[in-house]
Amino acid sequence: MSNIIAGYFFISPWIIGFLVFILFPLVASFLLSFTKYDVLGTPKFIGLENWQRMFFEDRRFYNALRATFKYVVFAVPFRLLFAFIVALVLNLVEHKIIRLYRAIYYVPSLVGGSVAVAVMWKQIFGMDGLVNYILQNFFGFSEKIMWLGDPRFAIWTLILLAMWQFGSPMLIFLAGLKQIPVELYEAASIDGASFWRQLFKITIPLLSPVIFFNLVMQTIGGFMVFTQAYIITGGAPLDTTLFYALYVYQKAFRDYDMGYASAMAWFMLVIVAIVTFLLFRSSKKWVYYEAGEVK
Amino acid sequence: MVYPLLWLIGSSFKTHQEIFSNMTSLIPKKITFENYIEGWKGFGGITFATFFKNSFILSTGVTIGVLISSTMIAYGLSRIAFPGRNFWFTTIMLTLLLPGQVLIVPRYILFYKLGWVNSFKPLIIPAFFGGPFFIFLMMQFIRGIPYEYDEAASIDGASKYQIFWYIILPGLKPAIITSIIFAFYWTWDDFMGPLLYLNKPELYPVALALKAFADPTTITNWGAVFAMSVLSLVPIFFIFVFFQKYMEAGIATTSVSKL
Repeated sequence: MSNIIAGYFFISPWIIGFLVFILFPLVASFLLSFTKYDVLGTPKFIGLENWQRMFFEDRRFYNALRATFKYVVFAVPFRLLFAFIVALVLNLVEHKIIRLYRAIYYVPSLVGGSVAVAVMWKQIFGMDGLVNYILQNFFGFSEKIMWLGDPRFAIWTLILLAMWQFGSPMLIFLAGLKQIPVELYEAASIDGASFWRQLFKITIPLLSPVIFFNLVMQTIGGFMVFTQAYIITGGAPLDTTLFYALYVYQKAFRDYDMGYASAMAWFMLVIVAIVTFLLFRSSKKWVYYEAGEVK
Repeated sequence: MVYPLLWLIGSSFKTHQEIFSNMTSLIPKKITFENYIEGWKGFGGITFATFFKNSFILSTGVTIGVLISSTMIAYGLSRIAFPGRNFWFTTIMLTLLLPGQVLIVPRYILFYKLGWVNSFKPLIIPAFFGGPFFIFLMMQFIRGIPYEYDEAASIDGASKYQIFWYIILPGLKPAIITSIIFAFYWTWDDFMGPLLYLNKPELYPVALALKAFADPTTITNWGAVFAMSVLSLVPIFFIFVFFQKYMEAGIATTSVSKL
């Protein structure tokens, strides 16, 4: 009995927080998705109108979906690949490099999500920015390129920024790499296994749970990308960087169309749930859990 | 990798002309602090001193909230057997996977109705009710504290509350430092929250002020923008480098028990 009281005492903040700040908003936004509501008035029930408009009339909704999927499909694998390579390198040379040097190497990428970096990116890829300056002065380009204004390029500048933010998945990879027993590599080397063979037969299989963890967290994060697009491109040009979260934000806080924004938000929840589910399903095929550790 | 940041720092010490005429070099020909002096003045009569102060209040408030709530919750879930424990643990894991943006609209409405918009309340108060990431992190660390300590204390007559206070909390010191780093940094860096809830410039944290500062599409004073950008990164950079050991451990442990 005293356990029940103590247990609920300790987790009471979460129970309140979950009910008030998570569950209630979730239910409320589902209900709001069937209404027309501008915060000031009272919600008016309009049935499926928001959903209908979203699926059948709103071209920008599809633009947002397209931009977001493109971002997730490119930014997430590139970032993870980059993080993986850097982790491999740092793991190999670790004992030769002092800790501080290592921190200087990856800490910039940890702050990559900062507004300061987004503002800097906007200048670097601006018309009179660093990239055009380098292209003109060192590579003899005669014309300036509109990196942020050209529908072909804009999203790639954001994907490049995403790659640059490899820091936190890299540290997770690094921790995973350290847990792989050195004896495995020693044995493999004695048997004459090449670097690549060791990579594909030892490192990647043993690291697969960590790869999976990173993949799931980064994918969910990728679907929610907001700040960089808001600051650097604002969704332009031609909606090519109109990420889903940005569009939800515009609908809710620029047009005050809370019902529609709620419908959109719920649809995103469904998409992320499906994608996460598929990732978990696929993990049975490629994620290797050591015996006795199977969940 | 480091080049863009070094470039940012270098440019912030260049004169207006040099920023554009000598763009690629990292080291200014003539070091000037003019950008910092000008940038610090801010806009609309509000200096960056106010923005930094706001960021500091927000980050500190959130950090305190997160520490109190997540240590309690993690202890309750890790060390006390009570009916419903698994259910509540599952809600934490599901929330960890929940795309936060789904909640933005109804949360905004909730805080609006409570009259909390244009105050720090919507940004600080939820932190006192536990963040899934931090709870998970604390639980990972609590695993490392031998359960025999709890048992021994229990035999000596200690209650669950005393065990929490005298055994778990001191043992959680590394996790607490790790959480301070992340809670502080995330709040310092948070853009969307302040964007939604703070509409008065005098309430802006640094992140929002920087955006407003750099907003007009034709910025003339890039130097000042660069200077303030550098200043906004300085505290974070030092915290990371200084507490590197804890930060690495913190990031690493969250994935240790896999999904």
